Amino acid sequence: MSILHMNNISKSFPGVKALDNVNFKVDEGEIHALCGENGAGKSTLMKILSGVHPSDSHEGDVYIHDQKQHFESIRDSEAAGITIIYQELALVEELSVAENIFLGNEPVHNGMMDWNRMHDRTKRLLDYIGLTIPSNEKVKNLGVGRQQLIEIAKALEKQSSLIILDEPTAALAEGEVDILMSILEDLKSKGITCIYISHKLKEVLHIADSITILRDGKTIETIARSEADENRIIASMVGRELTELFPYQNNSTDHTILSVMEYSFLRKKDTDPMVYNISFELKKGEVLGIGGLMGSGRTELAMSLFGSYEGEASGSVYLNNEPVTLRSPKEAVGHGIGYVSEDRKRYGLVTGMDVSKNTTLSSLSHISWYGILNKEQEVFNTRQVTRKMGVKTPSLQTIVNKLSGGNQQKVVLSKWLLTSPDILILDEPTRGIDVGAKQEIYHLINELTSEGVAIIMITSELSELIGMSDRIMVMAEHTTAGEVNREDADQETIMKLATGGSVHAE
Amino acid sequence: MLNKLSFKMNIRAYALIIAFLLIVTIFTILTNGDFLTSRNITNLMRQMTVIGVLAVGMTSVIISGNIDLSVGSLLGLTGGIAAILQVWLGWNTVWVIIATIAAGVLLGLWQGWWIAYRGIPAFIVTLAGMMIFRGILLGISGGQTIASLDPGFMAIGQSYLPYSIGYILTALFILSLFTLKIRSRQKSHKLELVTESVFVDYGKLAVYSGLCLILVYYISRYQGIPMPMLILTLLALLFIFILNNTAYGRHLYSIGGNHEAALLSGINIKRNTLMVFVLMGALSAVAGIILTSRLNAATISAGEMYELDAIAAVVIGGTSLMGGTGTIIGSILGALIMTSIDNGMSMLNVETFWQNIVKGMILILAVWLDISSKK
Repeated sequence: MSILHMNNISKSFPGVKALDNVNFKVDEGEIHALCGENGAGKSTLMKILSGVHPSDSHEGDVYIHDQKQHFESIRDSEAAGITIIYQELALVEELSVAENIFLGNEPVHNGMMDWNRMHDRTKRLLDYIGLTIPSNEKVKNLGVGRQQLIEIAKALEKQSSLIILDEPTAALAEGEVDILMSILEDLKSKGITCIYISHKLKEVLHIADSITILRDGKTIETIARSEADENRIIASMVGRELTELFPYQNNSTDHTILSVMEYSFLRKKDTDPMVYNISFELKKGEVLGIGGLMGSGRTELAMSLFGSYEGEASGSVYLNNEPVTLRSPKEAVGHGIGYVSEDRKRYGLVTGMDVSKNTTLSSLSHISWYGILNKEQEVFNTRQVTRKMGVKTPSLQTIVNKLSGGNQQKVVLSKWLLTSPDILILDEPTRGIDVGAKQEIYHLINELTSEGVAIIMITSELSELIGMSDRIMVMAEHTTAGEVNREDADQETIMKLATGGSVHAE
Repeated sequence: MLNKLSFKMNIRAYALIIAFLLIVTIFTILTNGDFLTSRNITNLMRQMTVIGVLAVGMTSVIISGNIDLSVGSLLGLTGGIAAILQVWLGWNTVWVIIATIAAGVLLGLWQGWWIAYRGIPAFIVTLAGMMIFRGILLGISGGQTIASLDPGFMAIGQSYLPYSIGYILTALFILSLFTLKIRSRQKSHKLELVTESVFVDYGKLAVYSGLCLILVYYISRYQGIPMPMLILTLLALLFIFILNNTAYGRHLYSIGGNHEAALLSGINIKRNTLMVFVLMGALSAVAGIILTSRLNAATISAGEMYELDAIAAVVIGGTSLMGGTGTIIGSILGALIMTSIDNGMSMLNVETFWQNIVKGMILILAVWLDISSKK
């Protein structure tokens, strides 16, 4: 019995055919994964299902329980029991958990807000999803992982029968992924249907009952889990087999470029340090992986070393055996350090600016004379580096917001390449980008290390951490939990280190 | 295809020009051609300079994601300082100008410091500045109008360039436009970059030059280029250059576009923000000098509400109050549209209150056009 049937859906945007006769059928009570590279048409298909693209803007029909639907807006699709949880979460940060869950749907008693009922319901929902936080906690105080769970609670409150999760684990650490998985299993046992969109094939294979693969706006195939394996899915997604998932190369040398000793950082106005007692060394041409759970202080370590925060640092940092204090990103950039943030739209790109201006933003001093820009040199440099990086863009004057996630990430990387860095910090460099673009980024890492650039790579994906690093430092509870060499690295060792510190805290 | 794209991006700019031409046409018809006389065009140019100078500075303030509500009071105060120095203390014109601009820079520094280094929102600091500066003006002038400046000072706002100099400057301007284009094309060829076709590149310049010459010829039929128009043109060119061709200008756009990404790209946000208010202070002082010179007096109410006119001009010109986008040319056109409405409606003897209503409506219309064109 199918809950959803999308029949021969076609949709065109000016100049592009986004969907071409797509068929998508979901059975009631199953978890159905939707896979495909970025730009394959997953988002467009889901926007049609949720009514963001109204029913007269595309061809083909949408059936829910064999009833033909005409969704004109999100309101219509929600009335039909469909909820989408987007990659970029749609919560109001300044409001409480309860207020967010009931946003637009507030319980009312005689025209007044019924706070008691609201908080009571919220507590039950929080219990159900396994969160032990007060219902009046502000959402901004929660991490991304917990916010994701709040979104799910919100969907449950709306009595949705079909929940669509768009890259739900992109921002989650492994431990949080497990919680999410068990919640999904539980929802399934209650008869709620899920559509699960993800690039992470391990998760897909773990949780999905069936898998539909899109490529270039067409349905390639729908397969049951029993028939599926990673290679087959990848082959269908990219239309070719990927032989080597992690093209690791050993380029590390003996020359220590960065050495951090007993480093702690206390942010202005905070009482507890963001990170403390951290020591590590980084060698020329090496990839130092930093693993750990979300909230273990990995990003905070990178950002504070990069000079992004105001506050007090203790311990010592040596660059090429010279002691340095980096008080601002400007000083860090001046010392040959680059930082590619995990949140490229917020920290990496000026989204309203064009490709060329974004690319040269950190290296304007290389192309200017007493502050006056050499615009021809700018175009030349941009063209060279974006070609090297394989950025796919209609022109260098295209607004960067119009590019796909993978291409945006390549623009951020291009920006830092133009500064000719000695050290490049990559924070979740492959988050939310497709398999093909990931490969290109791995190859770039190799190319950089072969030129002697030292790389610090922070990642939540264990396979990537193990697959690409020369050495791995694991963080837990805002400090170093241990260091593992490439030869000794496996998932258990790292997870043990990452979770070891948190046992007594729970 | 590239041409098509750039055309699309410029639709807004064209819409602005079309709106301006429409307004001019309407007024020309209603005034039986009086609106378009050389004399009235000259007047229009003189009237728009004060708002124009403020709008040039305001554009960069707003691009950087800030706002400045104090420029009207700052203009009044610096104009008052200029008059006091000359009328009461007998300073000569050159020193008056230097001291007045220095005062503008200092007051800009004061506001910029609070905003950049103390983290107080620009809206608050400049709202306070609006009150403080007006208060200081009242205090130091004792509430009197300070009048009768030296002829040399009056020349700033009231004189005209001799025809010959006007044409020579125009010719120099056109010549440098072409020289810069030729050099840019040479550099591009050396680096093997794709350039626009010769026809398009030089064709555009030829059109601009033609328009320039027509305007100068038209104005020269009356008295010649007014001095304040020359000042505005030079300042506008300077700021167009700063915004488009310097690292500082690029920094302003990126700070307004995405504050955090700019910081993490290694841009010194505090210093750049401070600088934008210093420049705004200097420009307000220039506007103050022009206004005092034109009126031959400093009054305590000089420049009241000018900050809003300047902001309106910038917004009509397509600059987003969110920061990160905007052009000087657009703001100048915005100022021109606002002034044309004032000027044309006065010629038609329409009561003043209508001018305010119409300008308000145009502001809403312009932003609505902007928003709906982005969808």
